[in-house]
Amino acid sequence: MGVAGALLWRLRDMQLEQSEQFRLLAEENRINLRLLPPTRGLILDRNGVLLAGNEQNYRVVIKRDDAGDIDLVLGRLAKLIALTEDEIERARRDMLRNRPFVPVTVAERLSWEEISRVASNAPALPGVTPEMGLSRNYPLRDDTAHVVGYVGPVSERDLEALETPDPVLLIPRFQIGKVGVERLAEDRLRGRAGSQRVEVNAVGRVMRELDRVEGTPGANVHLTIDATLQNYALERLHGHSAAAVVMDTANGDILALASAPSFDPNLFVRGISRADFNELLENKHRPLVNKTVQGMYPPGSTFKMVTALAALEAGVTDGRESVFCPGHMDVSGHRFHCWKRGGHGRVGLVSALSESCDVYFYEMSQRCGIDRINAMSSRLGLGIRYDLPITSVAGGLNPTREWKRANRNAEWQVGDTINASIGQGFVLSTPLQLAVMTARLATNTAVLPRLIRDPLERSEVHAASLDLRPEWLRMIRQGMDQTVNDRRGTAYSSRVVAEGQRMAGKTGTSQVFSISRAERDAGIRRQQDLPWNRRNHALFVNYAPFDTPRIAVSVVVEHGMGGSSTAAPIGRDIMLAALNDGRPPLSAYPAPQRNRVQHEQQELEQRLRRPEDMRISRA
Amino acid sequence: MSYLEYNTRQMPAGLRKVLYLNWPLIVLLILVAGYGFVMLYSVAGGRLTPWAEPQIKRFGAGLVIMFIVAFMPLWFWRSIAGLSYVVALLLLLGVEFFGTVGMGAKRWLVIGPVRVQPSELAKITTVLALAAYYDWLDLKKVSHPLWVLAAVLIAVIPAFLVLRQPDLGTAMLLALGGGVVIFAAGVHWGYFAALIASAAGMVTLVLQSRGTEWQLLKDYQYRRIDAFLDPTIDPLGAGYHINQAMIALGSGGWSGRGFMEGTQARLNFLPEKHTDFIFTTLAEEFGFVGASSLLLLYMMIVAVCLLTAMRTTNRFGALLVMGVIGMFFLYFAVNMAMVMGLAPVVGVPLPLVSYGGSAMIVLMVGFGLVHSAHIHRARLPS
Repeated sequence: MGVAGALLWRLRDMQLEQSEQFRLLAEENRINLRLLPPTRGLILDRNGVLLAGNEQNYRVVIKRDDAGDIDLVLGRLAKLIALTEDEIERARRDMLRNRPFVPVTVAERLSWEEISRVASNAPALPGVTPEMGLSRNYPLRDDTAHVVGYVGPVSERDLEALETPDPVLLIPRFQIGKVGVERLAEDRLRGRAGSQRVEVNAVGRVMRELDRVEGTPGANVHLTIDATLQNYALERLHGHSAAAVVMDTANGDILALASAPSFDPNLFVRGISRADFNELLENKHRPLVNKTVQGMYPPGSTFKMVTALAALEAGVTDGRESVFCPGHMDVSGHRFHCWKRGGHGRVGLVSALSESCDVYFYEMSQRCGIDRINAMSSRLGLGIRYDLPITSVAGGLNPTREWKRANRNAEWQVGDTINASIGQGFVLSTPLQLAVMTARLATNTAVLPRLIRDPLERSEVHAASLDLRPEWLRMIRQGMDQTVNDRRGTAYSSRVVAEGQRMAGKTGTSQVFSISRAERDAGIRRQQDLPWNRRNHALFVNYAPFDTPRIAVSVVVEHGMGGSSTAAPIGRDIMLAALNDGRPPLSAYPAPQRNRVQHEQQELEQRLRRPEDMRISRA
Repeated sequence: MSYLEYNTRQMPAGLRKVLYLNWPLIVLLILVAGYGFVMLYSVAGGRLTPWAEPQIKRFGAGLVIMFIVAFMPLWFWRSIAGLSYVVALLLLLGVEFFGTVGMGAKRWLVIGPVRVQPSELAKITTVLALAAYYDWLDLKKVSHPLWVLAAVLIAVIPAFLVLRQPDLGTAMLLALGGGVVIFAAGVHWGYFAALIASAAGMVTLVLQSRGTEWQLLKDYQYRRIDAFLDPTIDPLGAGYHINQAMIALGSGGWSGRGFMEGTQARLNFLPEKHTDFIFTTLAEEFGFVGASSLLLLYMMIVAVCLLTAMRTTNRFGALLVMGVIGMFFLYFAVNMAMVMGLAPVVGVPLPLVSYGGSAMIVLMVGFGLVHSAHIHRARLPS
């Protein structure tokens, strides 16, 4: 009787007194909260062409407790689909590390045929299930790799960088933006995770879904990039280590941001192999670097507009006076050469620009000083770090006296000013900055580059005026016009003859190393004789149409030897593509060049992406 | 007293015995077994297979066996008591040498097509033997140390053999069941004080032997004891069973989570949900109402049987009934205490409710003996 009483008392105690507590424990036992990863937003070009999307990803997963003999099953699987030793080993390790009912991914991105083979051999493959999920895909592969970037699995470092990490980041295999727009627009693209409450049994197997709250898919991001033009620009740079930026002069929209060579971002999403990664790292043309914003180059003669405007604004010249160029200038016991050994004779501002006389700018820089040059440089957009949603945007360098003192531990010398006047010495600019400068010269507005646009936005951006006197700009623009369109201009061979597409520009050839005396003695006089990495950079900036500017282009070809010979033809082609919906018309080229150009175009056409390859997303 | 003193004229004979069966007991047994059927149906996810249907068939067979046992005259059972005890001992020894291993223990003996579990048989034969022993023994000698020692040996020898299998639960039931008969026979209370003291000694010995070569229990049994002492030590390991059982039981509340709605059982958090831990499933799904009503039914069975024992004037019959009912009481008390965290987890099923054949048949034989004592008790002339 006593025993029965004790039992009854205990029963009452547990079931009536502590029931709530035990009920809670039972609920904790059986209910698991799971996050549902949101669908990542798309990245589209200005016309809705898909740059980054989500593709169906067929994969094969395996559960240890259903598989039984995992080695046997993996062995059979390897006969049906291509599996490397590494993949098999990784799958085995994952399986042994996780609890036996946890599905482990063996292979991803299988073709429909492979998945079908696995499915039809299911009886011989216990525990193996074909599954379908979404994974990031960049259909234009190399084209926009540097702009769009790529996603990858969340790393420890990613989590540490965040104060309150979104719990969705903890989902295994969840991917976040690592580079480029994918990274900088992560918050917009990611969306909000949904959640699902599931009932699990004692070993953690999901028995049923109790309820689910759908997440919000990420927002789409519309870029200002024109995928067709981007593709053209990148292919036009093919074979070079080079960068090209195309900008809408009216609103700063970046239409193309091409850095060659590029790489396939899809490799990174899939988990790049060591061999592929090393290949990218060891390539001397540095495919992983986005040279358009990361690459800093001495702007060379493309900087001369800055020096000219600084002198004009300082009032140290009216622009009409002539300076005599004997081919060199001696300053404090040091001889500074003009690129033309024989000299240009008497040159005014316009011809100094079009013939790129160095001595004229040596003279002007001494008259106005480095401070005014720097001020003008900033005003025209050089030496400024633009806030674009891509990674590693560099600021370039407008070297000041303070900068030299701090970084070189030396006082500023007159020679430094002279070097800076022709964009050499310490001056460094990025191709993006050069494009901004060109657009500002063409419009006299403080246009700012932008990469993301709101497709619903109706009102156009109106950049503030630069307040440069029209007569000064008229001279600068005339100089740039004659550079291309005057017989004596440095880029005369890259002129455009099409009606309404007259192009103005400026070439630049910036020295990386000067040819040493020893080399000169060894007979090296020409750039071609130097090893590739010691040759000069070739630059060209241009805008068109001359009367009503719409497009500004900058081209930098690393170690391209000559601005006129290498960069200018590329700049013209890209400009013509931008003005003519992606393909330069043959009629725009001077008649004598058409045969050669046609040949080049045909060759290029082979590599260009066809319009039907560009998928327009209606999302 | 001996069977010669029976007033045979007042004994019911032939089919008339049916009228003299202990009918309230039969009704109670069917009710309790019914609880079992319902729970086995529930833990199988609403299916008769694999547990409920075989259990019903076995119970039916058990009823038939119970009737056969009941109709056999009580003196028949008394006459075979010694023989059956020896047979059971031999079978237990047979298990020691020829037994089949299952779930880490040697419990079964395969004789031709039949698989028998001699430890279950020993529960009945030990009670029979002790009842017959005290029936035979002069009342004056009951508390004499030598005769007490003989009785203790009768109970302890099979218990020891069962412990060697090892089956701690059954061994304890055998020893304690024997103790009930010895107590009922009127042995001096001092012996029981001594027994309790030696039990404490035994527990010490068992715990001390841990880790030595002559370790008396299996490692898993020691872990269960640890877990009993503190279930939270290792909630995913040894304490897992008892923790999950208590969660299931406690979460039932007043009226339970509903038939087939018990999450702990349905999702396999409960171990052995159809055998040793079936009470927790009942408590989870039918709450305090369901669990306490089953306890009440058990107590009613005990009460009905005690009534029979008290009304049985013949010593063998009374001791036999006390032995059977003592064993039965220990069964459910130990099982319930175990799942409520009051006793260590030893493999003791809930009588008539847990899934399992041998235990069911043996219990029904036991209740057949109770009926036999009930039918064949001495009656005053009407």
